[in-house]
Amino acid sequence: MSAMFSQNPVMNGPNYSFSDAPRTNNGEFREHRFNPYSDNGGSTLAIAGADFCIMAGDTRHTSGYSINSRMAPKVFRIGGSNSDQSDATIALSVCGFAADGNALRDQLDTVCKIYRYRHGKPMSVHACAKRLSTILYNKRFFPYYTHAMLGGIDEEGKGAVYSYDPVGSYEREQCRAGGAAASLIMPFLDSNVNFKNQYVPGSGVGHELKERERHPLSRPVVETIVKDAFDGAVERHIEVGDNLQMMVITKDGIEEIMLPLKKD
Amino acid sequence: MPGFDFSNYNRNLALHAQGVPLPKATSTGTTIVGCIYDGGVVIAADTRATAGPIVADKNCEKLHYIAPQIWCAGAGTAADTEFTTALISSQLELHALSTGRKPRVVTCMTMLKQHLFRYQGHIGAYLVVAGCDPTGTHLFTVHAHGSTDKLPYVTMGSGSLAAMSVFESQWKPDLNEEEAIKLASNAILAGVWNDLGSGSNVDVAVITKDKTTLKRNYITPNEKSAKLQSYRFPKGTTAVLNEKIIKKDDIGRYVSVQEVPVEGGDKMEVDA
Repeated sequence: MSAMFSQNPVMNGPNYSFSDAPRTNNGEFREHRFNPYSDNGGSTLAIAGADFCIMAGDTRHTSGYSINSRMAPKVFRIGGSNSDQSDATIALSVCGFAADGNALRDQLDTVCKIYRYRHGKPMSVHACAKRLSTILYNKRFFPYYTHAMLGGIDEEGKGAVYSYDPVGSYEREQCRAGGAAASLIMPFLDSNVNFKNQYVPGSGVGHELKERERHPLSRPVVETIVKDAFDGAVERHIEVGDNLQMMVITKDGIEEIMLPLKKD
Repeated sequence: MPGFDFSNYNRNLALHAQGVPLPKATSTGTTIVGCIYDGGVVIAADTRATAGPIVADKNCEKLHYIAPQIWCAGAGTAADTEFTTALISSQLELHALSTGRKPRVVTCMTMLKQHLFRYQGHIGAYLVVAGCDPTGTHLFTVHAHGSTDKLPYVTMGSGSLAAMSVFESQWKPDLNEEEAIKLASNAILAGVWNDLGSGSNVDVAVITKDKTTLKRNYITPNEKSAKLQSYRFPKGTTAVLNEKIIKKDDIGRYVSVQEVPVEGGDKMEVDA
């Protein structure tokens, strides 16, 4: 048997032969395959406020039923002038295949740094958002397997969130949940950030009823919503947990908050 | 006709060929353990049930009654562990009645393995069987294909490796009851923290030749954190296009109405 795995052909033993190549059940040749992608679980969330923006993600890194790391951040500062990113103004969150997420972060950071050196000023979120889309589409036929989100302050001083699909289609939004528990968190956001399917009590009869109007949320309220969203996701999704990483982006820079989540 | 109903087999095969996937069964992607000590045996389980990556039940019971002195921890397909243990429990009760003796753990294990072997692994029940009978204290594992083991300490389920690491590093012969409970619950906790298929609480059952003690939710290290704000909607938030009120007396003309006490029973936990 061991002869099958050795490099030298052996006499009178089982060995590879071209006439007896392995076949699948359909009779086709069975080829060796390698899957370049894997899923490392986790979830991300971004909400834009009037003059700030919060990017959040859990810090659990999984494969299958195993936890690889309880402290593997998914939200990154982008385009600072130095390696500690202390003067960065934009945050990127990536969810899905972590290796691609890291590669994407490094590429976008490099692009932003080059822009800064050439122009003597940091990139605007608007410009960075378009550039991220281009980077993703550049790999249209071997995509970065990630759900990316970009957060910052736009040129009018308003909070901005951009969300992407793996091949670069993007949109500016008020809020977005991504990753494993996106389907659990997004309806909660629809209800509590955009006040969907809600009416003002007693404002009319039947179809005359007035819809509850949207208003920009304050920073403490958004932080509360983010924490409650993740506490809820942790309860019902096995790949979400350990710690909650929040980046609060304001005109004064980026503040990072780390909170504990359930660890089972 | 006893046994399973296969009348949809051919139809489902045709559907499967057209690409309709099999419905997903709830699995107790589980950590279960058992450990013999001086004077008895202890089995323990976590309480998480999953359907893929979603937690289906945060506090399910994986410790099943077979006979007063025989209990069974189940991993694998939730329905299979439930029904297999119930079936064998029933047969064992009749057997005990007809022989006039207490049922034996080997009998239970043999019935389980013969039942599971007959179904060639299609009944996805992975069990830890433990109990005390006139021949002594016993601990077995039964796999879905029908193989069994008899060992002083055992683990099963997706968290079995995490749990076994605790046994392999801390188990010693001649444990007392307190030490055995501690060791078994620590083994479950290893699964709860390190295996994504396991979580929530720890259930323990201690069986001695005199009595069985079920310690439901023996450890609860995963209490849900309170919401930071209230998410109640004011009354009238949902649009009502038309309204018709049917009184209890009126509906009584069509269906039988029965008063049910509001308090008591297994209430579901909800936020205020």
